[in-house]
Amino acid sequence: MNTLIELKDITKTYFLEELSVPVLKGISLEIRRGDYVALMGASGSGKSTLMNILGCLDRPTTGDYLLEGEELGRASGDRRAVIRNRKIGFVFQSFNLLPRTSAIENVIMPLAYTAGGLSYRERYRRGMEALEQVGLTDRAHHHPSQLSGGQQQRVAIARALVNRPPLIFADEPTGNLDSKTSVEVMHMFDALNADGITIILVTHSDEIANYAKRVIRISDGLVLDGGVK
Amino acid sequence: MNFLNTVITALKALRRNPTRALLTTLGIVIGIAAVITMMEIGNGSKTSVRTTIEKMGANSGLILPGWLRRGGISMGMGSRVSLTPADAEAVGRECPSILFYSPVVRASSQQLIFGNSNWVPQWITGVSPEFFLIRNWRIAQGRVFTREEVESNARVCVIGATVARELFGDVSPVDCELRIRDVAFRVVGVLHPKGSNMIGMDEDDILFAPWSTIRMRITGRRTGSATSTKSTPASKPSELYPATGVALYPEQDSSLTSDKLLIPKFTFIDQIVFSASSPAKVKQAEKEVTALLRERHRLRPMDEDDFRIHNSGEFMSMLNSTTLLMTNLLLGVALLSLLVGGVGIMNIMLVSVTERTREIGLRMAVGARSSDILKQFLVESIILCLAGGVIGILMGHGTAVLINKYLSWPIESSPGAVVAAVGVSVFVGVVFGFYPAWKASKLDPIDALRYE
Repeated sequence: MNTLIELKDITKTYFLEELSVPVLKGISLEIRRGDYVALMGASGSGKSTLMNILGCLDRPTTGDYLLEGEELGRASGDRRAVIRNRKIGFVFQSFNLLPRTSAIENVIMPLAYTAGGLSYRERYRRGMEALEQVGLTDRAHHHPSQLSGGQQQRVAIARALVNRPPLIFADEPTGNLDSKTSVEVMHMFDALNADGITIILVTHSDEIANYAKRVIRISDGLVLDGGVK
Repeated sequence: MNFLNTVITALKALRRNPTRALLTTLGIVIGIAAVITMMEIGNGSKTSVRTTIEKMGANSGLILPGWLRRGGISMGMGSRVSLTPADAEAVGRECPSILFYSPVVRASSQQLIFGNSNWVPQWITGVSPEFFLIRNWRIAQGRVFTREEVESNARVCVIGATVARELFGDVSPVDCELRIRDVAFRVVGVLHPKGSNMIGMDEDDILFAPWSTIRMRITGRRTGSATSTKSTPASKPSELYPATGVALYPEQDSSLTSDKLLIPKFTFIDQIVFSASSPAKVKQAEKEVTALLRERHRLRPMDEDDFRIHNSGEFMSMLNSTTLLMTNLLLGVALLSLLVGGVGIMNIMLVSVTERTREIGLRMAVGARSSDILKQFLVESIILCLAGGVIGILMGHGTAVLINKYLSWPIESSPGAVVAAVGVSVFVGVVFGFYPAWKASKLDPIDALRYE
């Protein structure tokens, strides 16, 4: 029904001096709004590169990348920064929280880059809202070093949510967590997806991939299955 | 990201590492403090020199007799008397750049007596009324003696504040009579206090009388210079080399010379002070005086001047150039330390960029543009430098105040230096912060996020 992401024959080639290394060899995908996708593949399969392109961090060598109908593969750096800020939330394997900075400050950090400039009071309110979604309001003023791994990842999820993006990327979100907290975090993604947020997981664990509604397998720069249906 | 947010973000980033921020900015603090201290001390000494010169009379000059050379050896100041009252009059009459002039006769210091108190002043000086205009010296009580009193060798005098205090105490000195040796003088005026001069001598410890009176009644018993006890120098070759040459005329017997009243009582004066019509005209006046006196003294072109001219401007520029040299030298050192401080800032900012590579990657991933990152790091370095500058200004001013208090060097705060210091610290922040900030903004977010 409602297409969020459309990839048309994406290729990515790295040029190392004289040598050209093709990493993605023509990927076409369609991801709908509200989908819950797991991107799987062995190391070196190109899934990280694909994820970077999807996340507007990297540019494809050829092909079109449309997010909500807007071509972004060739958009300006500043435009892509705005898209990252407004439409995409990132959750990383290693949390990537600012050290010696309270949870709430970490959560509202992206809002500082949002054009139009919200007042601090408004940013704080939205930060607390996001923390409430992940159930950490009581830890708002703790520094990352005072939080457990699971709590840190929930702060990171709150940060991804704070600008109410339609799309969240999670790159091995449970890679640094034990199995019990992994389950907690995954349930959180389930809940977010139930609220209508599109989630793209990058993982190589089948267990984690099972949470997703749809699995896309990448091998050697090509989509094995789960591509355009 | 708006400017206020950038500043807040930068402040938060700096607060994460306060000790390092403080140490980083120390170079700037020391540099700025040194600059401010130097400027305040430099300005203070300049002002004190200027006020001293102004007290002396800014456009005044002094003509002194030259010295005698005998067999190539300089006999020193006062070894020659060459200035006459007629010279002084001619200087006043024939040099268009000269506004006022006054002959000066110095008497050796002698006891002053009034009632049952006595006092020996530093100076007893004979002048004409214009002297007080030249030296810019006002009368506190009474009046200055008049030209007529000078011409009539009147026994009147004007005394300095110290003499008035020491000799008369609470009594008003005007119209009282004091005695110098056995000569009675009527006090007609008391001068305004001037305070100490540059070498710490009390300038108010002085008595002025008409120069003719001093010459006639106080030092008149001797001929030649009042300050010199040497005999009139031999100037005739026949006296210098008595063995050579045959005298054409019968030589004068030495007893004859001493008996004969050859030299009138006030042939010579010790100095002539003058003032030019403006400070800019002092040099011109000097030229005119030189030409006039050379002509009057019948000097041939190859002869040396038998007089010397000093002016206050010369003195001022000499003192000023010394202080300026010192100030500039120390300012140079201070600026060098600022440069070192700037390199320190750059160094730490580079370390900070490397250390915070992941943070930069993260900020880019959540929507910071390159320009946002550039701004953030640039503002951080400017804040560091500015804070260092402000602390430096306070410390520099504090040091200057302490120096003034304990070493009593004159200081003067300098708003210009403060503005310059703030400007320089911002400049240092921009110059030395730009490269690290630029480096940060050019990071690739993917690599930055992966950085360990």
